[in-house]
Amino acid sequence: MPFALLKYAARSALKGDHAADAHFHWTPDLKPAYDVVIIGAGGHGLAVAYYLATRHGITNIAVLDKGWLAGGNTARNTTIVRANYLTPEGVAFYKESVNLFRSLSNELDINVMYTERGHFTLAHTDAALNTARWRAEVNTHMGVASEVIGPDEIKRLCPTLNVSDDVHMPVLGALYHPPGAIARHDAVAWGYAKEAMRRGVEVHTQTAVNKILVENGRAIGVETNRGTIHAGRIVQAVAGSSSVVASMAGLKLPIRTIPLQACVSEPVKPILDQIVVSGSLHVYISQSARGEMVMGGATDAYGLYSTRSTLDFKESLMAHMLELFPFMGELKVLRQWAGMADMTPDFSPVMGLTPIENYFIDAGWGTWGFKATPVSGVRMAECVATGRQPDLLKPFALDRFRSFDLVGEKGAASVGH
Amino acid sequence: MKIMTCPVNGPRNISEFAWGGEIKPQPDPATCTDAEWTDHLFLEANTAGVVSEWWLHTPTNTWFVARRNTVTDEVLETMTADTFFSRRSDTLR
Repeated sequence: MPFALLKYAARSALKGDHAADAHFHWTPDLKPAYDVVIIGAGGHGLAVAYYLATRHGITNIAVLDKGWLAGGNTARNTTIVRANYLTPEGVAFYKESVNLFRSLSNELDINVMYTERGHFTLAHTDAALNTARWRAEVNTHMGVASEVIGPDEIKRLCPTLNVSDDVHMPVLGALYHPPGAIARHDAVAWGYAKEAMRRGVEVHTQTAVNKILVENGRAIGVETNRGTIHAGRIVQAVAGSSSVVASMAGLKLPIRTIPLQACVSEPVKPILDQIVVSGSLHVYISQSARGEMVMGGATDAYGLYSTRSTLDFKESLMAHMLELFPFMGELKVLRQWAGMADMTPDFSPVMGLTPIENYFIDAGWGTWGFKATPVSGVRMAECVATGRQPDLLKPFALDRFRSFDLVGEKGAASVGH
Repeated sequence: MKIMTCPVNGPRNISEFAWGGEIKPQPDPATCTDAEWTDHLFLEANTAGVVSEWWLHTPTNTWFVARRNTVTDEVLETMTADTFFSRRSDTLR
């Protein structure tokens, strides 16, 4: 149980005092200089600040965001955490993330509601089944629980799923990943912010970076709408706006910004404990702790800097969703949104050192950013503190495109790109 | 359904089209450096604003050029590649 809950229970039992502590203590004035300036107060940026403070003793940090705390892609994903990727590089990376997620509630003293549900990647074609077998072999080799199961076993584990032959594309099997989980996305970011701020980190929202100051190939500071700040080191972790921010530093990235839409149904009683994904049908679904069905599909067909939602998305999503879960026909869509996803040519992130000295990047997350929050925080903090690319991040370095050493993570999105 | 106008086939549902990305000048592969070539292959301007980009009308395999605002999701103008490049021959190879 998270300590926060124990404290709450003990305090209310002993004193009848039900008030929890405030999450944040805002810091109104910017200082003229910081050891580290982090652009982007989402899960990733805040996690970097937290691990810099706790693992490397660096606390003179400002986290800047032009909007509000964790209001970008941290609030716009579908909260799934898993490690069943395809490449050894991807699996190793996410294995560490899953391990960090498991103890995150205790570490951050906030309930991130991490629950392991079991993750099913359905196969409707022989090709998809072959890929599932391939992924299961790589995962098992790397020590990540994954196996291929048939329709009878799927039905036993997930009784609400329709595995009958009487549909457009019957289920032939699935890659089953028992540690697949969901977590409360906002709480992850709030927890990192709260604990980083408790150690002296400043989080400045409504603070837009308008210019990045680079001198002789070295980043030295940023100009914001609240004045100029000097920085020993700068980290950018801004999800969909990566190209825009990087261009301020004179960097061009291998990234296209494409909306990824999602929606939730009205809340209902617990009926779906599992996370179900179909790459062939472009569908994924899980039920949140509030009872809402959280659903997503494929990325949009063209690049866009917008979080608008479209009717096409819902029509194509629901057409397939109703084959898998006919009972969904009774539910109303409650709300819908889009996140701006950074898509790289090899569906893998761009992390760590850049050609600009003291300028670090955490971008290119495409459709897999939330589940990487803790591991990116730990490894980016290590990279910033030591000035070297950590082993786990070497495959994801920006210079891989110069050497044609792409990662080729086809297991990246549940739904293809 | 969003409508896009193919310069050859007229107005069609946007689901009939495939996005080809921003138009960028290609360096001469015979004379450019390896770094210039990989940058051309992989790096994107990824402009937030008005861009000129390739689109394909898939049923008829017709490539053409659209000018589009990537912030407001508006298609401003579509034209054949001939029109685009004759108009901009001074700026693009």
